[in-house]
Amino acid sequence: MYRYDEFDAAFVRQRVEQFRDQVNRRLSGELTEEQFRPHRLMNGVYLQLHAYMLRVAIPYGTLSAAQMRKLAHIARVYDKGYGHFTTRQNIQYNWPALKDCPAILDELASVEMHAIQTSGNCIRNVTADHFAGAAADEVADPRPHAEIMRQWSSLHPEFSFLPRKFKIAVTGAPKDRAAIQVHDIGYHLKRNDAGEIGFAVYVGGGQGRTPMVAHKIRDFLPEADVLSYTDAILRVYNLEGRRDNKYKARIKILVHEKGADAMREAVEKEFAETRDGVLTLPKAEIDRIAAYFAPPALPDRPARSVGVEARRPKDARFAAFVATNVAMHKTPGYGIVTISLKPIGGIPGDASADQMDAVADLAQDYSHGELRVSHEQNLVLPHVALDDLPHVFDRLAAANLATANAGLISDIIACPGMDYCSLATARSIPIAQAISERFGDTARARDIGGMKIKISGCINACGHHHVGHIGILGLEKKGDESYQLTLGGSGDEICTVGSITGPGFSGDGIVDAVETVVDTYMNLRVDSREEFITAYRRLGMAPFKEALYSRSSGSGI
Amino acid sequence: MISGQIITANRLNDGVVVFFDPQNRWVEALAQGGVWTNKDSAAAALAHAQLDEARDVVVDPYLIDVIDKNGAVAAKHLREVIRAAGPTIRRDLGKQAEAAAAV
Repeated sequence: MYRYDEFDAAFVRQRVEQFRDQVNRRLSGELTEEQFRPHRLMNGVYLQLHAYMLRVAIPYGTLSAAQMRKLAHIARVYDKGYGHFTTRQNIQYNWPALKDCPAILDELASVEMHAIQTSGNCIRNVTADHFAGAAADEVADPRPHAEIMRQWSSLHPEFSFLPRKFKIAVTGAPKDRAAIQVHDIGYHLKRNDAGEIGFAVYVGGGQGRTPMVAHKIRDFLPEADVLSYTDAILRVYNLEGRRDNKYKARIKILVHEKGADAMREAVEKEFAETRDGVLTLPKAEIDRIAAYFAPPALPDRPARSVGVEARRPKDARFAAFVATNVAMHKTPGYGIVTISLKPIGGIPGDASADQMDAVADLAQDYSHGELRVSHEQNLVLPHVALDDLPHVFDRLAAANLATANAGLISDIIACPGMDYCSLATARSIPIAQAISERFGDTARARDIGGMKIKISGCINACGHHHVGHIGILGLEKKGDESYQLTLGGSGDEICTVGSITGPGFSGDGIVDAVETVVDTYMNLRVDSREEFITAYRRLGMAPFKEALYSRSSGSGI
Repeated sequence: MISGQIITANRLNDGVVVFFDPQNRWVEALAQGGVWTNKDSAAAALAHAQLDEARDVVVDPYLIDVIDKNGAVAAKHLREVIRAAGPTIRRDLGKQAEAAAAV
């Protein structure tokens, strides 16, 4: 894992002291709210419905056991005993007092964490494949490049006041687990025919009120040029992006209005002027950063674990867990364990301080001290020996963290919605809970197979509903919550924005509507290997629409 | 009939949801908030409340609609119901938890 050097440590400490001073001046009345707001936002402090909210960056979703313990400690001491892992691989605390925020940031700095640029019109936390550095299908670990971008973009004077926020995602595997095509910039790390490392570059994706799939503007960018090229994209955006209308200010609108070819041309022109300049990454520097992300030494082990195979037939819960929550590791004899933060009927992404400590202990004991946070609001133990799976499973079960549903219908992404968020127009968590309860941890849920349900409580789409196989958007309609249903969205390498089925549903009706969609799929799928999204692409909207709206019982309007 | 308006804000130092009572004090329970039944009195009270914003006691005071619900004053819109009580998915948190603990 990356370790702060003296510059990083001094920089973060200095920011904490600056913010402490700003908070003191605000509390004493020296700063008005209007003057203070940009400062608190640049340090991740929002004012939400019930209280302040602190958003802490987890760069590219990687954290150590010690960092997780600190997150647990903060939850316990400064908050109400829990935290919420978000779709941006961050953690949010829902109840901190403003007066405590400098102390919290100080605690975070002690474990090399911060909340810088988790808000504001700047380059936000760079997100990455949560299986980075471990996945069997990975070409190269994208986190060194993400770290380089983090360092370069922190308080970048030219890019701290962009037309709007700016999100970069990176993946190093052909299977896109980082949803790069719905980011402002998506980088796909790959090898060219000569075996060199570089990036395919996607620009102009995003969700929110105007969902767009990014355009690929370059098929191969040498890795040494990743900062120069990012700089070129941002310079074009900073100059030409709209500042007159915040709803049209994201780069996706610029790319859409300008056209992908014109955007490519403008970026390449800018790049031609600055490439081979100060931003070109020396190989030695890439190697220096990459060394921090070197995989742990994993001793050879048999590809099949005798212990796992012996327990599987005797323990259905364990067998289900291994089948759904353990992914292929690049080293034989190891697995990547997804710790679901989606207990049946629970709140997606929430973890108690005790659970965070339990996960930190597991990381320490079984995963070389490493953890990941996924944009799907789960936690990941990236390097677990298959022989250790029975122990890991038992300890997860003891902490109520062994739900065997990764990638299944109850593994639902949901934004905080109106239960917490001041922007929300409807609640999203209760809908996730009701759907999770409806399908449960059952043979039926496993039979349904891979299914991504994503729920947002407003048009800003933090719950990624546009790219849900089944997407749900909560709106307010004449004073009541109303839920719009979309089908066929996908945030992976075959990226599509879902289509709206038709009129919306009530809070109760939306759960029935989801069940109607699922039943329709189950009746029409070729066989159990044809997943929902594949079946939808084959069948189109028509049979689902008919099932939803032609029967009076299907609609809860 | 007690439908009207109440002034709410968040307390500056800890963000807690507060309501403006008839004595121009900030209280944590919506039920203790002053209910203004005509526009002029509501606007005058809001002007008072905004003095506390200028004095850095609260952030962003504003008027919310309230209704009579079974003889008690309650927020009309769900957003304000949730602010006044706490998250609907965690009854152990927020003002609803404190109210339950006090019983």
